[in-house]
Amino acid sequence: MEQATLIGLGSIIVGGLTMALGSIAPALAEGRAVAQALSAMAQQPDESNNISRTLFVGLALIESTAIYCFVVAMIIIFFNPFWDYVVAQAGG
Amino acid sequence: MPMQLSPDEIVIWDLGPVTLTGTIVFSWVVMVLLVVSSWLITRNLSSGPEISGWQALLETIVVLIRDQIRAVMQKDPGHYVAFIGTLFLFISVSNLLAIIPGYSPPTGSLSTTAALAICVFIAVPIFGIQGRGVVGYLRNYIEPTPLMLPFNIISELSRTMALAVRLFGNIMSGRILVAILLSIIPLVVPIALELLGLLIGQIQAYIFAVLATVYIASATTRS
Repeated sequence: MEQATLIGLGSIIVGGLTMALGSIAPALAEGRAVAQALSAMAQQPDESNNISRTLFVGLALIESTAIYCFVVAMIIIFFNPFWDYVVAQAGG
Repeated sequence: MPMQLSPDEIVIWDLGPVTLTGTIVFSWVVMVLLVVSSWLITRNLSSGPEISGWQALLETIVVLIRDQIRAVMQKDPGHYVAFIGTLFLFISVSNLLAIIPGYSPPTGSLSTTAALAICVFIAVPIFGIQGRGVVGYLRNYIEPTPLMLPFNIISELSRTMALAVRLFGNIMSGRILVAILLSIIPLVVPIALELLGLLIGQIQAYIFAVLATVYIASATTRS
């Protein structure tokens, strides 16, 4: 297989896998966090404000891992430096 | 792919040695909007039952921010309200103005979010030294044991980077998703995602401010 095909193939496969595998763990973790927060709010309704605020901060921190994966997938698919180099070589 | 990763690539005006990118222009639009509107509203401050509606709006916002900071820091907010309130208002307004066509949120560029994260990175030692003195603040790094010194420094650097990339990733992904969907299903779905993007923008502004508060609180509490 020539270089251009290999780079394109690798980029597409890795881009898709990055997003797919990278969003499994954050989704599971956020589900657990929300479940715990809901049961805590059911046990102590007075502390709802505190619990919600802490829940949101925790969710943002967990979400950031998924966001990193998304940014890397976007860069691989749309702003791939190796693909640009190969295209420039083929055009030039 | 004719799609911009960030407003850095929208060139509004090319002045030779300096190019006015979209990031700079839209940041200035947000800044001018915030400064001019607050100057106009606070020109004739009045207390008592006959305050204007705009002044009541500003007072509500400031009181809300103070209460949130007091709830997170467990002590009197003091002069932290200025810094954290400015962070929250800048990010919130710059994400909210995305509803205007032709405008691209400057927080969708890694330069803006990195600048905001570096502001927090510099503000935490300043507030820490103000609150606990130089020795007290530096002692923070060797708690609980001096073996944790490299890990504390690394965590300090990595959480700054995480602040920048989290805000950038959320706003940029909203924009790019809407752009991609406009070429696939242009009818109703991009509007729903634009709405979600606005909501996420506000949540991320709140998260940024609360995380900055938590970092400042951890640097200024006497344990």
